Amino acid sequence: MSSIYSEIILDYYRYPRNKGTLPHAQIHARDTNPLCGDVVEMQLEVDEKNNVKDVKFNGQGCAISQASASMLTELVKGKTIDDARKISKEDVLSLIGGQLTAVRLKCALLSLKVLKTGVYNYIGSTDASKDELSGL
Amino acid sequence: MTTLKQKWAAASSSTSLKATSHAAADTASYRKAKNRLPGLAVPKSTTPTTKPPLTFPGQLAQSTVRGYATQKQATAYIHGDKLYDIDKVRHDFPILNRLINGKPLAYLDSAATAQKPAEVIDELTRFYNEYNANVHRGVYKISEEATAAYEEARAKIAQLINAKSPNEIIFVRGTTEAINLVAQSWGRANVGLGDGIILTEMEHHSNIVPWQLLAKERGAHLKYVGLTDDGHLVHEDFRQHLESGGIKLVTLTHVSNVLGTINPVREYIREAHKQGCRVLVDAAQSVPHMPVDVQDMDCDFLAFSGHKMCGPTGIGVLYAKKAILEEMPPYHGGGEMIREVHLYESTWRDPPYRFEAGTTNIAGAIGLGKAIDYLSEIGLRNIQAHDQELTEYMHEMLGKVKGIKIYGPANPRTKAGVISFSLGDVHAHDMASLLDEDGIAVRSGHHCAQPLMDRLGVSSTTRASVYIYNTEDEIDRLVESVERAGRVFKI
Repeated sequence: MSSIYSEIILDYYRYPRNKGTLPHAQIHARDTNPLCGDVVEMQLEVDEKNNVKDVKFNGQGCAISQASASMLTELVKGKTIDDARKISKEDVLSLIGGQLTAVRLKCALLSLKVLKTGVYNYIGSTDASKDELSGL
Repeated sequence: MTTLKQKWAAASSSTSLKATSHAAADTASYRKAKNRLPGLAVPKSTTPTTKPPLTFPGQLAQSTVRGYATQKQATAYIHGDKLYDIDKVRHDFPILNRLINGKPLAYLDSAATAQKPAEVIDELTRFYNEYNANVHRGVYKISEEATAAYEEARAKIAQLINAKSPNEIIFVRGTTEAINLVAQSWGRANVGLGDGIILTEMEHHSNIVPWQLLAKERGAHLKYVGLTDDGHLVHEDFRQHLESGGIKLVTLTHVSNVLGTINPVREYIREAHKQGCRVLVDAAQSVPHMPVDVQDMDCDFLAFSGHKMCGPTGIGVLYAKKAILEEMPPYHGGGEMIREVHLYESTWRDPPYRFEAGTTNIAGAIGLGKAIDYLSEIGLRNIQAHDQELTEYMHEMLGKVKGIKIYGPANPRTKAGVISFSLGDVHAHDMASLLDEDGIAVRSGHHCAQPLMDRLGVSSTTRASVYIYNTEDEIDRLVESVERAGRVFKI
């Protein structure tokens, strides 16, 4: 059975890494998936060299949305804001592994959309960045 | 042993068909017989000795599915002189031949939309191929044919719900538009500052948001009837709201689209009328599944959708009492709804045309007429008995799954066709994805009823709903697949 529900996904769903809040975060974004009610919130603390010092997520929803959010926080931590900006859909999907249907893709990419929304609000958004976000 | 299939064969060959529906004893013995059958009904020839596999080779689509259906001939109800032949019903729905992930589609989402029998699909094709024309305008042959079919559909709907006249039937896009029509036309003319509208916490968004819009515009108040923990309306809330005075309208669902609860609408209507309020019944989940009689119910408005009762999408019905319709101003302005148009004012036609501006969904209406023919042929009482039996079976079998929580009434006899559930911490969307892997289509999410979800204290549920073409085998597959999801998530 080619299920997307691998041990890894379930582990991140049950025992999420970096879940919580950061009181001194400079970057804060939140979004929902109105189709299914998934909620993801991301907070990033950035130092003067634009490195992501710490990152936390919060939220509720399906295993795919919550596990991907948790995995994404691990990917971002210690990177620069510019690295975070460059994370692609494919990067997130390879973390998750398995085949996703179009509807479930929205679940998987919600956290990336939230992260990028926060990052673009911080560094300044452009027409290109708006297009990128609406494509997620 | 005598299987029910044999019993059925005996009954149908006998000359004295008894006018009893599926008797309880028969149901019990059928279940017993069923429990001895393998979990999944596959023709014997393909399953030599062991438990049948859960996979179906693609090239066997037709024959496998047909064979699959044939085994269910046992579920034949005798009501009056009519037989409920599940095998025949399933053959009428081409989509049931589809394989999803190598398994026959088990469509358990009819509360969202029902599948369409070939008869309805063919009639749509026939309309476009043979008599497509605008209605009420042309004086040529095919326009007259189209008009006749369109108006015949209206008459069939009137007959189905026992309206006094076809003129009480307005074609709309669906339940949502029907309710918006009442809110915008009747509501704006009759609801004013400080007036009250009673709703319930189990309403679909389509029976909440139009009233929020109206209340905001007119300065009116919304008052909600709460729910008991097992998903019934709190009657006392209703009485208190009614007695608080100033109530213009009571609007409530006949059957909950999430919990399946059948509400005692007749009683509520009687009490509301004593206080001089109008009552709208959202019948989207009831008209497809049970006989509904608007005169007996005495509702002022009734709204339902064609697509949930085997008709096309984009067509639905607003029923309203003639005297009320006659007083209502137009909803949309345009062609067809006018008597005379001058530069600065116009006069309106009588109902129902006053509310059907522009070219309506002619094909949809004709298709709905066909769907009503189809359902009437089976018989609404038979449909109700079939759906009720499956609901009870599903309730019983799902209830046995470890870690499951079923929402709404504990007694499946007070629910119609719909069961919402959750399993441990498995999110509804994950559940639905896992069921899809097994070819089972269910709905997951908030079901357009967020206030109800808040009341239940959940963000989403998984919902399985049954209709005329579903079988106990499909319920068995559902249960098996839910158990599998439990194993994947280690519940």
